[in-house]
Amino acid sequence: MFRAVVEALSTWLVPILLAGIPLFALARGVKVYPAFVDGAKQGFETAVRIIPPLVAIFVALAMLRASGAMDAATRALAPVTGRIGIPAPVLPLVFVRPLSGGGALGVVGDVLASSGPDSYAGRLASVMAGSTETTFYVLAVYFGAVGITRYRQALPAALLADLAGFASAVVMVRFLLGGP
Amino acid sequence: MGAIWTLLLAIAVVAAAVNGRMADLTAAAFDAAGKAVVLSIGLTGVLALWLGLMRVAEEAGLVRLLARLARPAMRRLFPSVPPDHPAMGAMLMNFSANLFGLGNAATPFGIRAMQELDALNPHKGTATDAQALFCALNTASVQLVPATVIGLRAAAGSRAPAEILGACVLASACGVAVAIAAAKLLGRLFPPPAPAAPAGGEG
Repeated sequence: MFRAVVEALSTWLVPILLAGIPLFALARGVKVYPAFVDGAKQGFETAVRIIPPLVAIFVALAMLRASGAMDAATRALAPVTGRIGIPAPVLPLVFVRPLSGGGALGVVGDVLASSGPDSYAGRLASVMAGSTETTFYVLAVYFGAVGITRYRQALPAALLADLAGFASAVVMVRFLLGGP
Repeated sequence: MGAIWTLLLAIAVVAAAVNGRMADLTAAAFDAAGKAVVLSIGLTGVLALWLGLMRVAEEAGLVRLLARLARPAMRRLFPSVPPDHPAMGAMLMNFSANLFGLGNAATPFGIRAMQELDALNPHKGTATDAQALFCALNTASVQLVPATVIGLRAAAGSRAPAEILGACVLASACGVAVAIAAAKLLGRLFPPPAPAAPAGGEG
């Protein structure tokens, strides 16, 4: 039942938004087309902006794989990563995600290319990246804006939230999309 | 990040030397650089579509509508902020923009929210409970549709690029719940500095 609801959400949410938002906007008298084109331009700029970090991470991971270092690390870490349900290729994401948004996309892209987007590893990497944020960047921007240097509980709370996001990503992917 | 990246490159070169795979390493590096660009280009269409749609949503007033709906919950989350304080409005707009994936719109609202919250801050330079909670919530991604990840999946040839949506929503909900609980519970472990006058009844 629960699973069916979430599945329906995954299938229907995008089409509903695609039709519903322009309809709603039209009814409110918004100039829908120019607004769309203007926003889409921003999407283009975003895609260009993430090319450099994507290149950096892709090259590093490809070099690690070609050198044999990735295989060695995978073999060494397999017992640990297997137990917590995070395959070795996805593991870098746990460390990169809070530090760099572009870097995280690079890891996700690498996993999607090497393991396949519809594999367990590919789905897990997608959900882990899609359900967490670039924690250190967010904290630096917002606290920096008001000159706060003592974050108090914000940092541990944010990191705990990241951990919870990663752990629940493992659970949700296994439960909703199938295990490894 | 810079140190980690450099370390990864160094490890790869050393490992390639040990394993005698130098030529493979060079080829892989150049190949990957090209692939990264191809992937970014492949992702452009989905990103443009989504940000275009979200701009339409923004201009139709959906972000503001959502902000109004979330008002009662915000009062409970931020009891130290007066309900009509400008910080409340800025935080609501920030969360709504984030939910729609409008990162560029969310950040200015977030910065304004922090400035307004700082007006209520008796210890400048130290975060208040409200500021800590606001930032922790911003680090737990509350996003309806993670368009970039879906775009990457589409570019990689996924059969169902959006099938991860439900799992993403639930996983980020867990993150948000933990962020709220931790920010509320851990506040006592990180007390704000005591003022020069005798402290009492604070918190």
